[in-house]
Amino acid sequence: MDEGPPRLLGRRCSACGTYFFPPLIEACRNPVCAGGPLEEVPLSRTGRIWSYTNACYQPPEPFVSPDPFEPFAIAAVELERERMVVLGQVVRGVGVESLKVGMPMELVYETLHHDGEVAKIVWKWRPLADDSLQVIAEPAR
Amino acid sequence: MSREVAVLGVGMHPWGKWGRNFVSYGVHAARAALKDAGVDWRDVQFVSGAATMRCGYPGYVAGATFAQALGWQGAQIHTSYAACASGSQALAAAREKILSGACEVALVVGADTTPKGFLAPAKGYRPEDPDWVRFYIGITNPTYFALYARRRMDLYGATEQDFAAIKVKNAAAGAVNPNARYRKKYSVEEVLGSAMVADPLRLFQICATSDGGAAVVLSSLDYARRHGHRDPVRVAAISTVSPRFASSEVEMPDIATDSAATAEGHSFRTSIARKAYEEAGIGPEDLSLAEVYDLASSMELDWYEYIGLCAPGGAEQLLRSGATALGGRVPVNPSGGLASFGEAVPAQALAQICELAWQLRGQAGERQVAGARVGITANQGLFGHGSSVILKR
Repeated sequence: MDEGPPRLLGRRCSACGTYFFPPLIEACRNPVCAGGPLEEVPLSRTGRIWSYTNACYQPPEPFVSPDPFEPFAIAAVELERERMVVLGQVVRGVGVESLKVGMPMELVYETLHHDGEVAKIVWKWRPLADDSLQVIAEPAR
Repeated sequence: MSREVAVLGVGMHPWGKWGRNFVSYGVHAARAALKDAGVDWRDVQFVSGAATMRCGYPGYVAGATFAQALGWQGAQIHTSYAACASGSQALAAAREKILSGACEVALVVGADTTPKGFLAPAKGYRPEDPDWVRFYIGITNPTYFALYARRRMDLYGATEQDFAAIKVKNAAAGAVNPNARYRKKYSVEEVLGSAMVADPLRLFQICATSDGGAAVVLSSLDYARRHGHRDPVRVAAISTVSPRFASSEVEMPDIATDSAATAEGHSFRTSIARKAYEEAGIGPEDLSLAEVYDLASSMELDWYEYIGLCAPGGAEQLLRSGATALGGRVPVNPSGGLASFGEAVPAQALAQICELAWQLRGQAGERQVAGARVGITANQGLFGHGSSVILKR
């Protein structure tokens, strides 16, 4: 993890410009593209809620639950530049009652679980304090 | 040349949580379908099995497993796996075999024995598998159902009462279906009083996993005629299309959609039935009934739109009008749907076929749709699998 604001790393086809996430995708999936090398790129760190829900019951493995299980909210957030919806947990302490379709969100890092002494970090979505999405949205690359 | 084949017979093992080997359900369903068709097992030339991933090697080679269990008789065998569309792909394999002239009569079978609780991914540390990754970050199947439901509420004004009303409607139909697992009728209040699982969806609105088996005997129209089936139910279309890039709706088990930045966005679920209509040369206005995949009650509303019963945003009004209930203009899920069955993955698409066949033959008893002539099925599952089948009389 580098310095600077939290970013989700995706990939982008050097031939056709299509974005991909998760970055384990290894070849361009655009059927009109013969397939160029995929470059690692940071994705937009803000977007708007496409939809949202929560997990009231403990998911099965490989999910690692705190004991006792703590329900968490989940958001599907549409990134404007990439025109892609990315799912993720919502930060601790924010429930579905605080969320709405279209609401601006930003990406942050939070601990998913501990593996012994090691904190496993994951991306999560957090509501933007005000509707300042236009201001902090990244310019197109 | 006609692309139609005859549905000579159908059969099921009742859905439940019986805990027996899946093979016993498949054999039960197969024998029921053969009896219904008046076909001797030894005359079947092709056995097409829908695989189960949960019952070890015999499940991976389901076609052979069922053929051996019924008694090896030399038929050609085949197995399909396509998640929730497995049964339809097994049906399609049998149809193609018949239409190519390679056989005249085929048996299609799917059956499953399921574990308790959430469906879970395969074991081990496998971050390259999207199905593993989404569970690792806490995203289960009901997460996806709930995302669709919440979006309907926000975009189209769907209410929790609407979602509950679907469950009430389907439970009422399932209560008079002897093959359904759940035979209890529900009130809206009971449904809304059940525990929240994935907001806004509650326990009684999310389908369970079940044991069950279903089978279909298919033949050429000529074979049907020669064996005294004067007016058989016919398969008019089978669609097993895959998505188009950019698939721009959130789909199990992915944690991100395709990017529609450089390609037009497409809705996979809308494309599934469209292909079936094109192949059958009919439209949604011709339907007498439909069996669709209510993995959650709210998703039945999505399917009204995906199969063209109404325009996007019109499903709530269609539901509230009563058109999709038994006795309505175009009943949806007269079998009771997944709400009453729970899901037995490789058997479920075939169970939909069984219901349409009984309905089109006027043999559906208390849940009979009067004068049924044309029916459609629709389902969708993981990894770009979906199917839609049209049967007609």
